[in-house]
Amino acid sequence: MSHDMSDDKLPQAHAAGEGHGEAAVADNPFADPGLPPHEPRRTDIDERAAKRAERQVSLLFIVSMLATVGFIASYVSIDADRIVYIFPLGHISALNFALGMTLGVALFCIGAGAVHWARTLMSDVELPAERHAIEADDETRADVIEQFKTGAAESGFGRRKMIRNTLIGSMALVPLSGVMLLRDLGPLPEKKLDVTGWNEATPNAPIRLVNMNTNEPMKAEDIAVGSLTFAKPGPSALRPAGLQESDEDFQEAIAKDALMLIRIQPNDIKDADSAALGFEGVLAYSKICTHVGCPISLYEQQTHHALCPCHQSTFDLSDGARVIFGPAGHPLPQLKIVTDASGYLVAPGGFEHPVGPSFWERSE
Amino acid sequence: MKKLSARRRHPLAALVVLLFALAAIGGLYAEFAPAENAQADSSAQSLAIDEGKRLFAVGCSSCHGLNGEGSSTGPSLVGVGSAAVDFQVGTGRMPAQQPGAQIPKKKNIYSQSDIDAMAAFVASLGPGPVTPTKDQYTSTETDAISKGGELFRTNCSQCHNFAGAGGALTQGKFAPSLENVDPKHIYEAMQTGPQNMPSFPDTTMPEKQKQEIVAFVRYQANEAPNPGGLSLGSLGPVTEGLFGWIFGLGVLIAIAIWVAAHTTKAKKS
Repeated sequence: MSHDMSDDKLPQAHAAGEGHGEAAVADNPFADPGLPPHEPRRTDIDERAAKRAERQVSLLFIVSMLATVGFIASYVSIDADRIVYIFPLGHISALNFALGMTLGVALFCIGAGAVHWARTLMSDVELPAERHAIEADDETRADVIEQFKTGAAESGFGRRKMIRNTLIGSMALVPLSGVMLLRDLGPLPEKKLDVTGWNEATPNAPIRLVNMNTNEPMKAEDIAVGSLTFAKPGPSALRPAGLQESDEDFQEAIAKDALMLIRIQPNDIKDADSAALGFEGVLAYSKICTHVGCPISLYEQQTHHALCPCHQSTFDLSDGARVIFGPAGHPLPQLKIVTDASGYLVAPGGFEHPVGPSFWERSE
Repeated sequence: MKKLSARRRHPLAALVVLLFALAAIGGLYAEFAPAENAQADSSAQSLAIDEGKRLFAVGCSSCHGLNGEGSSTGPSLVGVGSAAVDFQVGTGRMPAQQPGAQIPKKKNIYSQSDIDAMAAFVASLGPGPVTPTKDQYTSTETDAISKGGELFRTNCSQCHNFAGAGGALTQGKFAPSLENVDPKHIYEAMQTGPQNMPSFPDTTMPEKQKQEIVAFVRYQANEAPNPGGLSLGSLGPVTEGLFGWIFGLGVLIAIAIWVAAHTTKAKKS
């Protein structure tokens, strides 16, 4: 075991035990004491203990096997809807519990078995390995440099300029293929970031605001001071039935069209432009945060603050949705609302500013 | 008649005619005026208002004014309705202990009849949302919970969390947890919009939808199973991560230390 160990790494304990300790200390008080003598484990000297450890390791592996069988059996046999009561977890899904427990036991027993095996039965003899220099010796290095020079001369790389130049050209062009593939990130969004479903509206063909709860259009008197209502676009030329949850692109559309409708006493509205976009104190703001586009509707009716749950951007809805805190860079876009001949709230056009997070070409 | 006619130019004739006319109108009024008004003072409603006014003067008027007109420390209560009183006093939020970002709920010190009396008094100040009856906030529909869940996620979950566990707002305000809240109080909160909560009036959220939301919140708090095991407060990734890192990783470290601390050598040192 110690063919590569120098003599001074061997245990010093024997020398000290023989009464020459003092002299050795005076020699070199910081001498490397080396490894302590090897102590055998119980399993190394007692064959019965070794057998017992072997059985224990095998038992752990067998438990793991049974747990895997249990995993498969529970996957097949337990109904996904079944709810059971298990203390202290409460009412939980029987399938989730069984799958988690069996897989956990299967993996844990493999790990525990491996650790127990290594600790009790695998060789635990200490084996020092000396470090050696990474650098090759001078002769080898000189040989490699010589070979490189010969190869370079034989290839004629420096002499045949045409080959050299075309090689450089081909190597330079290869990465262009990768650059071209970036086009698959497209197509370019064009006007999609600037427009929403409300842009279908014109002063002659306005779109009604439809209550998300009742799916009905609303009148101004339905919106009480201090209330909060969510709205989506009603029927338009493009969507004769209005935006419906059954529409294929509902999620994509509502992510831009969603509105928060609030009502503030007209003399509490600090921003005259914002008041003019509303109707008798009813204001319609985009529900999409201008920071990274989270739905923002934590509305405090007394302070008129709307808080974004993602990064705490706070907007003052009584002051044109000005950003009063947080990382958002723009106020929430406001939708101009008026009433139609039947008294329902309608939008005569789209948002003045693009909704949602900023983007490179965003118009101010 | 002749005698009467002869005196028609007497200086006091106009006065006499005026007296007769007043007497006639008074008599007619007494005959035709609605009888209820005259009796109202002794009705139960009126007694409740009187009793409420007395309780209000003791418990509420220092901030809200003797007639609920409001002051620099408390808003006007004209038009808040009986539902607002029933919610605020019934949940112990009012009378407030001290001013602050938000008045928290605490132990209610009034009996229900006292609250009803104060509610009657405040309702008499101006029309507002009326305290709901039990069938107004109890849904009998079988699909109420699932519909209520959808409405809850649209209207409520942004502040109160997807499981109704509550959440933080700006500058020390918060949306309270909805666990163990009386169904009546959930309904009243939606009607009246207490403190900074926006209201959800019947015009934008009909009574039936409020019932469905109440049904969902009660189900979520009491019966909803938790398929993943411990809910850890249903607060999402923050508590789950904290639990995983501290408890999960802690157990692994403890096992590693235990393994290393137990030698397998025959001669224990």
